[in-house]
Formats: sequence, C-alpha cells, structure tokens
Amino acid sequence: METVTLTIKNQPDLFLEADTITPDAFAGKKIEEIADLHVYVGREQHRLGDFFEISGKAGATPEETKIVVNGDLSRVKYIGMKMTAGEVVVNGNADMYVGAWMQGGKITVNGDVDAFAGTGMKGGELIIKGNAGNYLGAAYRGDWRGMQAGTITVTGNAGSDIGTFMNGGEIVIGGDVDVHVATHAEGGRIIIKGNAKSRLGGQMVEGEIYVLGSIDLMMPGFAYREDVDVDVDGIKGRFALYEGDLGERHRKRKGQTIYAKLYQRIEA
Amino acid sequence: MTKTVTDVICPFCGTLCDDLEVVVSADNKELLEVYNACAIGAEKFLHSQAKDRITRPRMRQEDGSWKEISYDEAIEYTAKILTDARKPLMYGWSSTNCEAQAVGSEIGELVGAVMDNTATVCHGTSLIAVQDIGIPSCTLGEVKNRADRILFWGCNPAHAHPRHMSRYSIFPRGFFTGKGHKGRKVIVIDPRPTDTASVADVHLQIEQGRDYELLNAFRVAFKDEQLPDVVAGIPKEKIYEAAELLKSGRFVIIFFGMGVTQSLGKNHNIDEAIAVTRDLNEYTKAAIMPMRGHYNVTGSGQVWGWLFGFPYAVDLSRGFARYNPGETTSNDLLRRDEVDAVFVLGSDPGAHFPFSSVKKIYNLPSVAIDPHETPTTEVCKVHVPVAFVGVEVGGCAYRMDNVPIETRKVVEPPEGMMTDEEFLRHVLARVKEIQGV
Ligand code: SF4
Repeated sequence: METVTLTIKNQPDLFLEADTITPDAFAGKKIEEIADLHVYVGREQHRLGDFFEISGKAGATPEETKIVVNGDLSRVKYIGMKMTAGEVVVNGNADMYVGAWMQGGKITVNGDVDAFAGTGMKGGELIIKGNAGNYLGAAYRGDWRGMQAGTITVTGNAGSDIGTFMNGGEIVIGGDVDVHVATHAEGGRIIIKGNAKSRLGGQMVEGEIYVLGSIDLMMPGFAYREDVDVDVDGIKGRFALYEGDLGERHRKRKGQTIYAKLYQRIEA
Repeated sequence: MTKTVTDVICPFCGTLCDDLEVVVSADNKELLEVYNACAIGAEKFLHSQAKDRITRPRMRQEDGSWKEISYDEAIEYTAKILTDARKPLMYGWSSTNCEAQAVGSEIGELVGAVMDNTATVCHGTSLIAVQDIGIPSCTLGEVKNRADRILFWGCNPAHAHPRHMSRYSIFPRGFFTGKGHKGRKVIVIDPRPTDTASVADVHLQIEQGRDYELLNAFRVAFKDEQLPDVVAGIPKEKIYEAAELLKSGRFVIIFFGMGVTQSLGKNHNIDEAIAVTRDLNEYTKAAIMPMRGHYNVTGSGQVWGWLFGFPYAVDLSRGFARYNPGETTSNDLLRRDEVDAVFVLGSDPGAHFPFSSVKKIYNLPSVAIDPHETPTTEVCKVHVPVAFVGVEVGGCAYRMDNVPIETRKVVEPPEGMMTDEEFLRHVLARVKEIQGV
C-alpha cells in the first residue's frame, strides 16, 4: 500500500468542502495531479494544493492507497466521502460528513468529528478515537435508507440522532449518547457502553439496541419482556429485554410479530 | 370623503383572514380605519400610517449614526456585498409576497447564497418531518365544515392566531358542523394553562419537553397495548380516554405550534404527531396542520419548493441545491462562521435569533430590507425601507393550509418608496451587470 500525506497549511476563512480527499480520487494520480483536485470555499473553487502540503505516493487503485491527513481539520468537510476502498487516517479533529456514504475501506480519526459522520453508510469501517457529533450513521435528510452496512466505532461520546433510519451494520459507542437513538430503524445494531438519556428506539421497527449504562427515560412504547443472558461482540452479562416500539407498524414472520429489541444491562 | 374597501386580506399571521374592511381617504393616501381584524392584524395596517416612518434607505456611519442614502446607493451596496461574498446568507422571506420571493431566489442562485426563511426557527422542523414521513393534511375550509375533534398541541391561537378559533377551528358553524362549538370536542395539550386551554373540553397539562413520549403513548393506546402508569406527567387512564375521544370523532384535526416544533426532539415530535394522525385514519378521518406564524412563510416554502426542491435552508453555493438543516440553517451557519455576508428581507432575526447569532450579523456586511425599524435594522449596515405588502402593494401569499390568496393594495405607499419586488429587481439587474451575465 502506498501512502499520500496531506498536512493542512492554510486554514480556510469559511469552510473547506474537500470531498476529493478519498483513496478513490487519489488512486493512480501523481502528486501534482492530486494537488490540482478541486475543493470549494463557498462558491469559489480552489485546488487541494492551495490548502495542503502534499507528499508521498498514491497507489494504482483505491485499495492500494492510504491517505494520512494531519493538522486541525475542524473546518474541513467531507473527508472520505463515498470512498469504496483503501484507508484514510485523520490526525486531528475533523468537521462534518467524515465517511458519509462510504462503501468500503477504513477511516480512522484520531480526534473528534462533527455531525453527520457515516451518513448513509453502505460498508467499510469508520473508527473515531474521540467524540462524534449528532446524526452519526443516520440517514441523509428525507432518505429512509440510513446506514445499510459496515461498522462505526466511537471511543468517546456521541450526540443525538444516531442511527436514524438504520437498516443494517453496527454502531458501537464507548461513552454516552444524547437523545433519539435508532429512530425509525428497521435493522442493524447499536451498542452504547455508557449512559443514554431518552427516546431510544422511538418509531423503531426492527433492530437491536444494547445499553450497558443507565437510561434516563424509557419510551412508553417499549415494554419489558424478560431477563436474558447476552453474549454478543464481547458484550456479556445479564440484560433486561424490552420490545417496541409498540406504537409503530411491525412485520410478521411465521405468524409472530417482530419487534425491535432493547437490552439494558443488569449485571456484567 | 372616505371609501371602504371590502374583502381585504390581513398580512399578519398565517390565518390570512380575507374578510377585512378598510376605510381609506378619497385620494387613497391615508388609511383611516380597519374593521373585522383582530388587534394584532389591525395594528399592522395602522402601523403603516405612522408619521415618523422611515421612507429612505440609510447607511450606518463609523460613529454609529445613520446617514440617508438614495435607493441607487442601497442597490449598489446590496449587489456589491452579495457578489463579493463567497457564501452570503439571504434570510427572511416570510413577510413578503411570492413575487418578491421569486426574484430573491434568482439573485440567490446567481450569487451562490444560502436561502433560508423564518421556518428555520419555527416550523422548519415540521418540514423535516413531512419530508421523512409525509403528511395527511387538509384546508381550513374542511376543518370549518367537517372537523368535530380539534386538538391543539403546543400552540395558543387565542394569542398567536386570534381569529383562527372563530373562523375555522372551534366556533364556526359549517356544512356538517351546524352546531358549531357545541358539536365539537376540543383537546389542548400544553404545559401551561393558556387561554386556548380554558375553552377546551380536555386539557392535558403535559410535562415540559415530553411531547414525543406522550405522542408515542397515544399510538400505543390506539392499538390497545399496555402503557406505563404515567407518561409525561399524565396518568394512563387519561391518555386512553383522550385516545378514545379522538377515535370516536368523524373528523379529527390536529393543530400544532412552536411548543412542539422547538422543544426537545423538534422534528421527531412532529414526525410522531403525523404518525398519530396516520394511525387515526385507521379508525376515522384525521388531518394535521402546522400553525404557521408569518403570513407568507408558507409561500416562501412553496416558491423554493418549486424552484429548488426544498422549502428552507437551501444552500446554493455550489451551483446546485443542497438542504441539510443542522448545517445549512441560518443559526448553524452564523454560529460556525460559515457565511460572509447577511441579507435580510421580511423578517426580524435581530428579535428572533439567539444573541450570539445577532452579534455575528453585526460583524458582517449586512443589509435589512424592512418597512419598519426593527432590532435587525439596528445591527445591519444598511436599512432599506419598503412598502408594506398587503397594504401598499398586493401580491400572492399562502395561508397556513397552503391555499394561495392574492393580497390587496389598499393605500398608496409614501411618495417615491420602492416595494420589495422593485428593489430586488434592481439588485438582480445590478448583480447581473457586475457578474457580466
Ligand atoms: S387572525 Fe391573523 S390574519 Fe386574521 S386578522 Fe388576526 S392577525 Fe390578521
């Protein structure tokens, strides 16, 4: 695998839209060609090279291309958007839409990300070593197909509205989450190792939520069923199982109504 | 000699009453009296007659004082800040006509602006929910003639839409609602004992910020599933009872306001309220409607809907329309320093936005187009006074139920004063000149 290193040298005075920072856009290009890729500040078009010091070498294909981005990227949007393969490592905080609509490959952020990371994700791996903002792994506005597949792992906390309209894949949050988890979800799994507030699984049709810490307020549409032993993904212990959202529509399989499942840990 | 103009439209709130009578002087220069309007509507008409009204554009000077400038200078300033900026915010659009909104959209497209309207701090969250799950709605005429279950959730029409209850929702006798108030059951859901709640048959005094939970509980109750003993501070028996009351109606209408659109959960609350409405249609006929505030905020959503595909928070900076509230909404843009010029027309963010956002406007090149002196004109660099739409110039407006109504001109504006549309047409021409298109 070949590596291209980007180091931010000029901060944009507004925000930089850099959806070209992907292995797909870099693969097979010379450093000068990569520097000529387009980025935007408002309606002005610029070159990637106007904002970044660029060195190293890109691979022939996205699979063989790794991108390392250094510096304060808190005013840079869309890093790794729609990438299909290869690797991106972000050393610093990044702004919105990291890994949005990504289909494959791996992104590691050694810092925090703002909202809409992993929006509409279809595959691949998104690892955030810091905190994530709102709408992590959610659907884009108006889209009823949220995250389809792939995994998102956050070491720290996440904001509100994670996994909205989620259909598949997995989101693991090491810390706490804000309100509205897996709203409208029809599949997939969310694991919250810290505490949750309220509105977990609102309008949820199918899928699983695991909470290891506390829940401030359970949705009225979730009913306690029984205590169960859980052993998934390194999460072991005795959990209280709730099913819901009783107010929402549900499919039937073999005459049985299929509900979304919410597990809350009682003991490890 | 005076004249009475009938069937005048009130350009104040989203109820857009169309039965006002206005007495004007024979030369059409003075507006003397207003009949049928509520107090806030009448005030809007009479305000246009203020003797100390500002009639010429003004530019803020270094020392903070205003200097009168010509309309030409104001046009030049506006065109220049919009073309110099890389991402200008063009905000407001709710207290003007659709004609002006359309010209403004053309400017926005040329300069790559973010177009946003007052929905951003009001019913924008409702629009998100509508996009997510659709909306079964109706017109106010249908409400008047058919509805026998009226639910007001987080809104207080007694004060915000004073004639709504008498014209459409509670008191009128309609085709199938001949008994008027007597034939209707009114439910109010509000944490406060409002004046609207005082005329209700049922008032559920919900715990603040628990609307999503209570709406969810209604859906559980419709399906006869088990509820926790108390939800959102309301005992479950009362929830089952209210759910039955709604199911037993012939036509249910749910009106909702900023108590649910801007409290915890925002779009989720409306999403769930729409789901409640959809569920009710399993048992009876039900519809839901946002209580839109400004008289033509609905119209600006309509205009942008047909021009750009989105009703507010439309980012045109890259030459195509993007829409993502949370990113492309005015307060997020201002908070994050994403825009470098601010244009305001037909709204008062100085009064409605958080102070931190207003401060950002103060620090940017900015222009406010408004008939009044407002908190916004106080923080902007240039203030362009214009004629009152619906009083001194007509034009199309959309009522809260998306019915378009042509407003009427009843008096002449002060000598030499431009309308919103005229001013915008000049700015558009100048922008084209500067850009060489
Ligand atoms: S209810 Fe609204 S539209 Fe009707 S008169 Fe009053 S302010 Fe005007």
